[in-house]
Amino acid sequence: MPAPLLRVDGLEVALASTGATIIEEVSLSLEPGETLGVVGESGSGKSVLALTVMGLLPRALARTRGNIQLGGDELTTLSPDAWRDRRGRDMAMIFQEPMTALNPVMRVGHQVEEVLMNRRGMSAGDARRRATALFERVEIPEPARRLAAFPHELSGGMRQRVMITIALAAEPRLLIADEPTTALDVTIQAQILDLLRDLQKERGLALLLITHDLGVIAEITDRVLVLYAGRVAEVAPARLIFDAPAHPYTRALLASRPALTGPRDRLVSIEGAVPSVGAMPPGCRFAPRCSFAIGPCMTAPPALIACAERHAAACVRVGELG
Amino acid sequence: MRAAAPLVEASGLAKTFAGRGGVLGFGAGPSVRAVDGVDIAIDKGETLGLVGESGCGKSTTGRLLLRLIEPSAGVIRFRGEELSGLSKAELRRFRRHMQIIFQDPYGSLNPRMTVGDMIAEALVIHGEGDRGDRVRVVADMLDLVRLPRAAAQRYPHEFSGGQRQRVGIARALTLRPEFVVCDEAVSALDVSVQAQIINLLQDLQRELGLTYLFISHNLAVVRHISNRVSVMYLGRIVETAPTDELFRKPEHPYTRALLSAVPVDRPGTASRRTRLKGDLPGAASRIVGCRFATRCPHVQDRCRQSDPAPTQLPGGHEVACHRVADGTLPATESIV
Repeated sequence: MPAPLLRVDGLEVALASTGATIIEEVSLSLEPGETLGVVGESGSGKSVLALTVMGLLPRALARTRGNIQLGGDELTTLSPDAWRDRRGRDMAMIFQEPMTALNPVMRVGHQVEEVLMNRRGMSAGDARRRATALFERVEIPEPARRLAAFPHELSGGMRQRVMITIALAAEPRLLIADEPTTALDVTIQAQILDLLRDLQKERGLALLLITHDLGVIAEITDRVLVLYAGRVAEVAPARLIFDAPAHPYTRALLASRPALTGPRDRLVSIEGAVPSVGAMPPGCRFAPRCSFAIGPCMTAPPALIACAERHAAACVRVGELG
Repeated sequence: MRAAAPLVEASGLAKTFAGRGGVLGFGAGPSVRAVDGVDIAIDKGETLGLVGESGCGKSTTGRLLLRLIEPSAGVIRFRGEELSGLSKAELRRFRRHMQIIFQDPYGSLNPRMTVGDMIAEALVIHGEGDRGDRVRVVADMLDLVRLPRAAAQRYPHEFSGGQRQRVGIARALTLRPEFVVCDEAVSALDVSVQAQIINLLQDLQRELGLTYLFISHNLAVVRHISNRVSVMYLGRIVETAPTDELFRKPEHPYTRALLSAVPVDRPGTASRRTRLKGDLPGAASRIVGCRFATRCPHVQDRCRQSDPAPTQLPGGHEVACHRVADGTLPATESIV
C-alpha cells in the first residue's frame, strides 16, 4: 500500500465565538491516485473539513485539535504564508459555483496563465500555449476564442471546466472538489464527472470529493467517508457502503433515496432532523433518530469499530445488526 | 385512452419573455421563447411529472397553467372551462382550486408572520370564516401536515427545512384545492428529509384526492411519485409516457441521453452511456426544425428543417421525433 498523500488525524473545528464544535475527531487518509468521497447532509461539516485541509477556514471558525499531513509534512504548524504556498503548488480546490472562485473582470485565459507564470515560472508565451492546450484537454471547444472570454460569457459547465483548468495548472497532487457538479444539469454533470475521472487517472491525482449526492459517490469514488453532524459515521470502500452498509445512518440514507430502477415502494424516511451546532446530543449524534438506539448510545459518542478490512463504523451495535 | 375529460388541460401554450440586457444593459435583447407550444392534459387524481434541465420551461409551464403568469398564446382549461380569457375577478373563483408549492419554503414564507397567520392568510384573502373558524382550520391543517398544533404561534425561522416545507404545503392546501403544482418542492431538502416530504405528498394525495403536476429536475424523484412523465427540452414537451414505460423504454433521443446521464444507484453498474456533447443552446432564437437537432446523436437533415409533430405510440406513449415516427431510430438501449 503506498504511503498516504493526505493524512488527517483527530481533526476538530469549533466556532471561535462559543467553542461549539462543527467537526470532531475526523480522521482520514488518501493515497495518490485514489478518490475518497466525503458524503453528508447539510450540517455534516463536510465543507468545513475541506476548507480546514486547504487552510481556508473563515475567521469565525478555528481548528482546535488534530493534525493534517500532506506528503508527510505537517501543515498545521505552518505559517499562513507557507500554507498558502502549499495550496498553490501541491493542492487545489474547486467549488460548487465557479463564479465565486473566478475573477469576474479578468479574461479566463489570463486567470490560467497567471497560475502558470507564478507557480510554474513560465514565460507569457509558454503560458499562453500551455493554457490553450489545457483548455483543449478539458474539452472546451474553440479554446483560443474561449481564453479571451470573461466568466459571465460562459455557461455553467464551461465555467466549471475553466475552474478545473486553473486548479490543475500548477499540477497539484491533491485536488479537493466540493460539490463540483451540484449546480449543473444532469447531462453536464455527467460530462464533468467523466472529465474528473479521466484527469485523475492521467495524473495520478488524489481526489477528495465532497458531495451530498450518493449517486455522484457511486459514479466516481473508490472509498467513502460518511459524515453525520460533524463526526465520522462510517468509512469503507465504495462498493461496501452501497452493498453492506454497517451504520444505521448509512443504511437509512440509502433506503430513503428514490431509485431509477426496481419497485417504487414507499420510501423509508428518517424522522426528525439533523441536530444543530451547539445542541448536539451527548451520545451518538444519530441516536435520537435511530431505530436501533439503546441505552449506551445516549451516553457517549461511539468510537469507530472495524467491521471488515478497511471498513469501520461508529456504532456500538455494529456487530449485532448483521 | 382517457375515460373522462382531464381536470387540467392546455394546448398550444406559449410564453415569450421580452429580452433583457442589450448592449451595456440598454435596450431590449432578443426575446426568449421559454415555452413554445406545449400541449398537456392532467387527469383528476393523477400525478404528472414534468422533467427537464434548467431553462427548458418546466417552471414557466407550471405557472402558466395556474395563470400566475399570462400566456402569450394557447388555451388553458380547468374542469373543461376555459381560463385563458377570464378577467382577474373571474379568475379568483378558480384560484382556490389551484395552488402551488415552491422549492424554497423559507423564501416563500413571510419571516414576520406566525405560521398560523400564514396558513390562515388564504382564508382572509378569500373572506372566509370568522376568527374562530380560522383557528380551527389552522389546527386542522397542522394536523394534516403532521406538525404540532403549537407550531401556529411560532415563526418560520424556528423550524428546520423539512418542517418549513410542511408549512408551505399546509398553506397551499388551506383552501382545499383540487390541483397542486409542486415546483421542485423537495429539491432543496436533504435526502433523509426529502423522503418524509415525498411520503407526505403521496399520503395527502390519497387522503384528499389531489391532482399534482410535479416539476423536478430529479429523475429518480419524478419516477417515484408520478403516474405519467413528460420530458421537456427548450420549451417543448418531447416525450410523454406512463412512468414505468418511460424509464424502461425511453424513445426520444433526448430522454435516452438524459436517463443515461443520471448517476448510477450503486458503484460498478454504469451502463452504456450516451454522452451529449455541448451545452443547451439558448432559448432566444426561433428554432426551425427539431429543438434537439444541435445535440442529437441521430440527427438527419430533415430534423434541422422541419419541426417534428408528436407521434402516438401504443400505451399512451407520445414522442416528437421524426425518426421515431417512421421507425428509423436505432433501437432503445434499456437502462434497467
